[in-house]
Amino acid sequence: MKFAVIVFPGSNCDYDAYYVVKKHLNCEVDFIWHKENLINEYDCIIIPGGFSYGDYLRAGAIAQFSKVMTEVKNHAKKGKYVIGICNGFQILVETGLLPGALITNQSTNFISQSVTLEVVNNKTKFTNIFKENQTIQMPIAHKQGNYFANSDLLKNLEDNNQIAFKYQTNPNGSKNDIAGIFNKNKNVLGMMPHPERASEILLGSDDGFNIFKSIISG
Amino acid sequence: MKAKIYINYKEGILDPEGQTVSKALKSIGINGINDLVIGKCIELVLDTQNEQEAKKIIEESCSQLLSNPNTEVYTYEIINENQS
Repeated sequence: MKFAVIVFPGSNCDYDAYYVVKKHLNCEVDFIWHKENLINEYDCIIIPGGFSYGDYLRAGAIAQFSKVMTEVKNHAKKGKYVIGICNGFQILVETGLLPGALITNQSTNFISQSVTLEVVNNKTKFTNIFKENQTIQMPIAHKQGNYFANSDLLKNLEDNNQIAFKYQTNPNGSKNDIAGIFNKNKNVLGMMPHPERASEILLGSDDGFNIFKSIISG
Repeated sequence: MKAKIYINYKEGILDPEGQTVSKALKSIGINGINDLVIGKCIELVLDTQNEQEAKKIIEESCSQLLSNPNTEVYTYEIINENQS
């Protein structure tokens, strides 16, 4: 499988994602600057964490109009895989590839801590290695990670099995404890926790690596 | 022609910043405030002198980028400097 990591001004988890894919997953991976075109056909595009465009206006709001995002949308439309992590999730929501919105944490604080997640749907390309309802550890680091959806959308997400992960203890006020969601077709995943920062035991957990392993094995 | 755009959270959307500032005002002894909402104010200087054209530009800007229809609402006022 071939991966791409999109780089915006302000991305800061791009190298972590690249490192995990290249060194641990042993897959081909390219960095793609946001003003460039996708230079190859990719199986999976990673939109990494960070503070694209300084989070100005709303987190992810300006990045959605970057040149490369048109190609990312086309890539997703073909049913190919996209994973947005933290700021990447915010960008996917602003782009409309995922529903809902990410607003300021209930506490108004930037929260950086390890969280326990429950795997809600393990029958997808991104989660097939996990057991159903398995609990996993990963860090979060965000100020705007409070997932908001109205009651109709929440019902749709639950009914269509679009919820990927839920927090065991809700850190930020997210509706229904949501930490990550899929699109309807389950080829796009957005999540606030950082799997790339939990891909080596040395970092406290390698549960995150199972998401990357799932992508190449499922 | 100038415009001022006001963007606020939709009713029912948590405004943690507003709540925190509201509590802070209470803590310094300022009472009598029932609710406080913190939104954004964006000022535009427009090329046009035509109000219809101005409205079109403002509404396009708001719906495409400046506000998020999932969580926010916007209002605006147009300031015609020739008349002021």
